Amino acid sequence: MSTIHKSPWLLHYDGSSCNGCDIEVLACTTPVYDVERFGVINTGNPMHADIFLITGGINSQNADVVKQIYEQMPQPKVVIAVGTCACTGGIFKECYNIKGGADTVIPVDIYVPGCAARPESIIDGVVKGVALFKEKAEALKASEKAN
Amino acid sequence: MEMLVTALICLPFLWAILPAVIHNSKCRAFFVYLGCGIVIVLSVFTAVQWYLAGGQTLNFDLPYREAFDGVILFGDLFLMCLITYLSFKYKKGVISLLAIVQTLLVAGLEFFGPELEELPALRFDWLTLVMILIIGVVGSLIGIYAVGYMHGYHIHHHKELTDRRSFFLAMIFVFFGAMFGLVFSQSLIWMYFFWEITSVTSFLLIGYTRSEEAINNSFKALWMNLLGGCGIAAAIAVGILAFNTVNLYDIINLAIEHGTSAHTLIFLLPIACLAFAALTKSAQFPFSGWLLGAMVAPTPSSALLHSATMVKAGVYLLIRISAAMADNYVGNMVALIGGFTFLAASCLAISVSDGKKVLAYSTISNLGLIVACTGCGYEETIWAAVFLVIFHAVSKSMLFQCVGAIENTTGSRDVEDMQGLMAIFPKLAIILMIGIAGMFLAPFGMLISKWAALKAFIDTSSVYVSSLMVLFICFGSATTMFYWTKWMSKILGASPREKSRDLTKKNEYISMFFHAIMMVALILGFPWLSEHILKPLSEDMFGVVKQVISYQNIIIMIVLLVGVFVIPCINYVMTKGSKAKQVITYMGGANVGDNFNFVSATGDPKEMHIANFYMEDIMGEKKLFTPAIMISTFIIIVYMIIVVGGAF
Amino acid sequence: MTIQTRVIFAICYLILCPFIIGLLDGFDRKISARMQGRRGPSVLQPFFDLKKLFEKEFLTANKTQLFMIRSYLCFIVLSGILFFAGFDILLVVFSLSTAAMFLILASTSTHSPYSAQGTHRELVQIMSCEPMELLVAVGFYLAAGTFNISDIVAGASSPYIMYLPGFFVGFVFILTIKFRKSPFDIATSHHAHQEVIKGVTSEMVGKEYAMVTLAEWYENGILLGIVGLFFLTSNILSVIGAVAAILVVWFLEILIDNTSARVKWQLMLKLAWGVTIIAAGMNLFLLEIIRG
Repeated sequence: MSTIHKSPWLLHYDGSSCNGCDIEVLACTTPVYDVERFGVINTGNPMHADIFLITGGINSQNADVVKQIYEQMPQPKVVIAVGTCACTGGIFKECYNIKGGADTVIPVDIYVPGCAARPESIIDGVVKGVALFKEKAEALKASEKAN
Repeated sequence: MEMLVTALICLPFLWAILPAVIHNSKCRAFFVYLGCGIVIVLSVFTAVQWYLAGGQTLNFDLPYREAFDGVILFGDLFLMCLITYLSFKYKKGVISLLAIVQTLLVAGLEFFGPELEELPALRFDWLTLVMILIIGVVGSLIGIYAVGYMHGYHIHHHKELTDRRSFFLAMIFVFFGAMFGLVFSQSLIWMYFFWEITSVTSFLLIGYTRSEEAINNSFKALWMNLLGGCGIAAAIAVGILAFNTVNLYDIINLAIEHGTSAHTLIFLLPIACLAFAALTKSAQFPFSGWLLGAMVAPTPSSALLHSATMVKAGVYLLIRISAAMADNYVGNMVALIGGFTFLAASCLAISVSDGKKVLAYSTISNLGLIVACTGCGYEETIWAAVFLVIFHAVSKSMLFQCVGAIENTTGSRDVEDMQGLMAIFPKLAIILMIGIAGMFLAPFGMLISKWAALKAFIDTSSVYVSSLMVLFICFGSATTMFYWTKWMSKILGASPREKSRDLTKKNEYISMFFHAIMMVALILGFPWLSEHILKPLSEDMFGVVKQVISYQNIIIMIVLLVGVFVIPCINYVMTKGSKAKQVITYMGGANVGDNFNFVSATGDPKEMHIANFYMEDIMGEKKLFTPAIMISTFIIIVYMIIVVGGAF
Repeated sequence: MTIQTRVIFAICYLILCPFIIGLLDGFDRKISARMQGRRGPSVLQPFFDLKKLFEKEFLTANKTQLFMIRSYLCFIVLSGILFFAGFDILLVVFSLSTAAMFLILASTSTHSPYSAQGTHRELVQIMSCEPMELLVAVGFYLAAGTFNISDIVAGASSPYIMYLPGFFVGFVFILTIKFRKSPFDIATSHHAHQEVIKGVTSEMVGKEYAMVTLAEWYENGILLGIVGLFFLTSNILSVIGAVAAILVVWFLEILIDNTSARVKWQLMLKLAWGVTIIAAGMNLFLLEIIRG
C-alpha cells in the first residue's frame, strides 16, 4: 500500500505577489486551519519538497529562478498556482515586466483562483494536489517497473 | 654495538661537511640522498640488532671517552662564542648572557668542582630504540624531501633570496648527529652539549632567509631554548654539588627513593630543573611563542625540527624522568602545564587560517597532551605518551611536508585556498587526509592514547590535578575535532578551479608516500607495537607489566579501524553505480548555471566564496594568547617556588 | 554478560530502535501540535515521511555525498551496537564523533552556501556537546570504576543518578542540542523551517535525507540509552524507572522546544560549556574528593 500521499511537503514561492495570497498560505499552517494534520510541512528547500506552491505572477527576473527551483525538486512533484495572479497574471497581466501566470515557465497541475485565495480553497487545492501526487507516484513506479 | 652507536652519532656530523663544501646541485643532492640512506639503514640496523639481542639495557662508553669529553667541553665553549658573536652582530647582546652564564657554570664545575666517579656516558634502552627509529627513519625521509623542496623553494618561489642550500642541508646532518647523541646520553654533561647543538641548529635554520622577521623569530627561539639550557645547567650544578653525580639515572633514582616527603624536596630540585628545560624545548605555554615564530623557516626544517624530532627531545626527557614525577609537585606542574597547553593551543588553532600555523598550534597542543601524560607518571600514561610520540612524529611530519608541497604547487598555504583540493591535486589531498585522520579520528593512534590517558588522569591521586586534567582533555578534544574537521571539509569540497600541473618533485612524493605507508602500518600494527615495544619499555621503567588496554577494547578498536577503512569503501563501491540526476546546489534559485556563481543584485554573475568559521572574537590569538601565557607562567612560578623553596 | 545476551541486545537495538524512536518522534509532533493548539499529524507521520523520502527520485549535486551519508549511518549504528551490547562507553563516544565527521564531510562536499553555513554551525554544536559526552563517560567511570557498560549496570546497587546529578543535568542540557531542538536548533532543525533553509541537510535529497533521519533516530536511541543508564541498577525492575526517566526527559525536551526561541551559536557555545563546567565539573570535583 502506498502511503506517499500522507507526507506531502510544500515549498512556497512568492513570484511577484502583493503578499495577500502569501498571508493566506501561511494562515493554513496556523491552529485555525492546521494543514499539518494532513502531514503537510512547509519546507524551505526544493530538494525536500513534493508540492510547489506559487503565488503571484511571473516576471522576467524570476522566470529563471522558478525554472531552477522546479528543476531542483525530485520526482514525483506537483505544482499548484495559488491566486489569480499565479493562475493567469491577474490584474498585472498587461504590465511591461509580467510574463503571465506560473504556467508560462513551468507546467502547472492545479489552479487555485481567488484574490486573495481563501485558506479553505488553498487547502482544497492542496488536498487535490495530494491526490494527484499519489497518482503521479504510482505512475512513476509503474514506468520504472516497465523499464 | 658501541661501534654502531659511535657511527650513528659521529657519521652525521662528519657527513655534514659534504653538502657544506659541494656546491654543484646534482652532486650535492646525490650525497644528501646517500647520507640519508646511510642514516636510515644504520639506525634501523642498530635497532634491529639490539632488539634481536634480547633488548637488554646497555650502559657503555664510546671508545676514546676522554677525547670525546674534551671535544664536548671544547664544543660547549665554541657554541658559547658563536652565540655571543651572532647576538652582538644582530644587536641582541643580552641573549649571549644566558649562554655565557650556563656554559661557564658547567665548564667551571667540570674543572673546579669535586672529582666525580667515572660512569658510562651512554645508555641504550627501549625508549632510546623508539627515538632512534623516529629520528633515523622520519628524520632522514624529511632530509630526502628537503632536497626537492629547497630546489623548488629557490628556483620557483623565492628567487630574491640568497641560495644557502649547502648550509641548510649541512645543518640537517648536524642536527641528526645531535639528536642521536641526545637520546643515547646518560651523562647530563653530554646531554647538555647535544641539547645546545639542537638549540643552535634550530636558531640557525629559523634565520635561514635572513629577513627581519626571520632574524627576530630566530632570536626568540634562541633565548627561550637557552633558558631551557640553563635548566639543564642548573640540574648539573645541583647534581654535582649536592649528590656528586651527573648521571641522569642516578638523579632519577635518588628522587624516586626519597619520595615526596617535604624535607627531601632537594632531591626533586634537579628533576624540576630538567622538567623546566624540557618544557621550553617542547614549546609548552608560556614558551610556545618560539615554535610559532619558527614557522618562517623553510618547511623541511619545520617538519624536522619543530614537529617531528627536535621538540620531541623535550618530551623524551620528560618520559625519562616521569617515574620521578609521579604524584609530586614537579609532576603536578608538568601535568598542569601540559593539559593547559593542550586546551589553549587547540583553541588558538581554531582562529588561524595559515596552514602551517594551524600545524604549529596543533603540534604545541599534541605535545601538551604528551607532556601531561608524562607529568602523571603512571604506566598507562607513559604507554600513551610513547604511543603519541610515535604517531605524532609520523603524521605531523607528513602533514608539514604536504602543506609545503601544496604551497610550492599552488603558491598558498592558507587553508581557505585549499578549497576542493581533492578535485585539483588528488594525490596531495589524500596524503593530507591521511595525516589529518591520524591526528584525531577514531580509531587512529591519537584516540587510543587519549583513551588511556583519560583513564589514567581520572585515577591520578591529586584531586585538583585530576579534575582539571579531565576537564582539559575533554574540552581540548572538542576543540581539536573542530579545527581538523573544518580543514578536512575544505579539502573535500568542490572547487571552481581547473586541474593544473602538480609541481611536487618526485623525491617529495617518495618521502610522503613512505610516511603514509608508515602511518597505515602503525595503525594496523598497534597491538604488536604495544606488546613488543611498549610493554618491555614500561617493564623497564616501572618494573611491572600492565595490560593498559583490555583485549575486548583492542577488538573494538580493530572493528572501528576496519570500519573506518571498509565501510566507506564498500559504500563507495555500492553507490558508484547508483543512478542520480545531477542538479545544481540550492542558492535560492539564483545560481548562474553552476555551483560557484550567483546572480548578484546588479544582475551580473558573481563568484561565491565559502569560508570556514574562525571564531576570532572568542578564540582569537589577540584574545587568548596573552592570558594563556600569564596563566601558565603563574603555574610554573608557583610550583618552582614550592620546589626550590622547599629544597633549601 | 555472555556473548549471547550481547548479540540479542545488539539485534534488538538494530530492529527496535527506529520504531521506538520514530514513534516517540510522532508523539513529539502530536504533543507539540497540542501545545500550540493544533490537532497535529498522525503519530505514524515520521514513518510516512521516511518512506516517502526513500521513494523519491534521487537528485544530487555531488555523488560523493551519498557514500559519506551511508558511512555516517553505518557508523552511528556501529556505535549503537557497541553501546547496547555493553562495551566501552568512552569508545562509543569516540565512535559517535567519528560518525559525525562523515556527516560534516557529506554536507560540505556540495559547495552550497546553506549547507556550508549549516555545517559550520553543526561543527560548533559538536564542539559544544563533545566535552559533556566525554565527561559522562568519565562520570560513570568514577562512580562504577569501569568504562564497560555491562559492568557499569551489573555493578550498580543504587542508581548512578545519586552520585552523578551534575553530570545528569549537564547531559540533559546538551540533549537539547543533540536532538536539534529549539533554542539550539541552529545547524538544522527537526522542524521544517530554519533560517538557513535546512542547514546541514539542505543538499540531501530523497534517500540521502531519509538516511540522515534514520541515523538521527539511531543516535537518539543511544542518547536516551545513556539517560537510562543513570537510573539502571543491577535489579531488573529498575528498567521501569529508567524508562520513566527517559520519558520525563523526552517530555522536558519537547516543552523546552516549544517555549524558547532560537539563539545564536556564540550564546549556545558559552551556555553549553558553562553548564558543562559548572554542573559536571563540580560533580567531578566532588566525586574525586570522595574517592580520595
